[in-house]
Amino acid sequence: MYAQLVKSEGTKTREEMTPEELAFQERIDRGEKIEPKEWMPEGYRKTLIRQIGQHAHSEIVGQLPEGNWITRAPTLERKAILLAKVQDEAGHGLYLYSAAETLGVSRDELMELLHAGKMKYSSIFNYPTLTWADMGAVGWLVDGAAIMNQVPLQRTSYGPYSRAMIRICKEESFHQRQGYAIMMKMAQGTPAQKRMAQDALNRLWYPALMMFGPSDKDSVHSAQSMAWKIKMNTNDELRQKFVDQTVPQAEYLGLTVPDPNLKWNEEKGGYDFSEPDWSEFYDVLAGNGPCNKDRLGARVKAWEDGAWFREGLMAHAEKAAARRAQAAE
Amino acid sequence: MSKEWPLWEVFIRGQHGLNHRHVGSLHAPDAEMAIMNARDVYTRRNEGVSIWVVPSAQITASSPSDKGPLFEPSNSKVYRHPTFFDIPEEVGHM
Repeated sequence: MYAQLVKSEGTKTREEMTPEELAFQERIDRGEKIEPKEWMPEGYRKTLIRQIGQHAHSEIVGQLPEGNWITRAPTLERKAILLAKVQDEAGHGLYLYSAAETLGVSRDELMELLHAGKMKYSSIFNYPTLTWADMGAVGWLVDGAAIMNQVPLQRTSYGPYSRAMIRICKEESFHQRQGYAIMMKMAQGTPAQKRMAQDALNRLWYPALMMFGPSDKDSVHSAQSMAWKIKMNTNDELRQKFVDQTVPQAEYLGLTVPDPNLKWNEEKGGYDFSEPDWSEFYDVLAGNGPCNKDRLGARVKAWEDGAWFREGLMAHAEKAAARRAQAAE
Repeated sequence: MSKEWPLWEVFIRGQHGLNHRHVGSLHAPDAEMAIMNARDVYTRRNEGVSIWVVPSAQITASSPSDKGPLFEPSNSKVYRHPTFFDIPEEVGHM
């Protein structure tokens, strides 16, 4: 999901490859996993750092829209569930940062790039979560779209990334189901609750479709990433799969997908649907979404406010180590 | 400028008496905090009954480029596998 528009370094034909690059490509074609200390083309390494970093940032920034509702969850049980979900997102971010670190970049460096606006996170998290129904729609649609993207990535060529994806996928299904359970409750509730559920779907439908990135015809970096198996499906393939899976779920809820052109196409065995407004997508990525400033501001503030704590614990650890060394003398 | 917390490798033993198994890594200022963080990052769903943490800098790894010569000795000794030997069926299970 969470990596949209990852810039990939150059595409070479087999004839243009050096013997090393060719041997590398053949390993990937055979389905072998690439491990941290092994030789890899610089472009592979750089593209992966961008992609895994962007994915990690999305997990971390993704805590904010849901964190917004923890104190206002309707019941203690819902609050505990939401808290556990948001904690999982932190965990997912950490798995991914450590996967990125095996490529020779440190977590703090990645954080600094995020805070300086030099690395991106998924556009979806720049939309506000206005009502409790949004907690349902986020779990159902946003985590649903994430799963669509992450399941195939379990087979990605880079070992540490693949292993992080396997862990994440194990935990992700809880996220989507708790969201759908909220939607069921709202959709089967009072007319006002049902209106809230419909409103959440109306606002989040197109931003969810944008999560898969631009249309294949405009997706310039896909070919190299797919050859390297760090992208397993095209953006449009995944978007189609997501729509096909989600429409019946909306029907079950008795909610209407906000697309007048949505129609089952017997011939292709999938739905025809309207594309999201791509100018809005690029605008949000450029920093002009409804919540970009809030989200990044909250991250920078958390990082700066936590500095004394990180430094304090480090100073304590160093002192304790020095004391132990002295006692051993 | 502040120093980044060092990296630790985390090993967890699951419920059923198996070996500790490498599950990933994390940052922590010291061993005690590494255990606490490992609990939160790697055992949110009862994945373990015991945690080991080791500073990543202390791990010595075999080199991927030596893979061939390093593992060659075991490649060439197929007789170490029981199926190398044909035992007549009359002998029974062995």
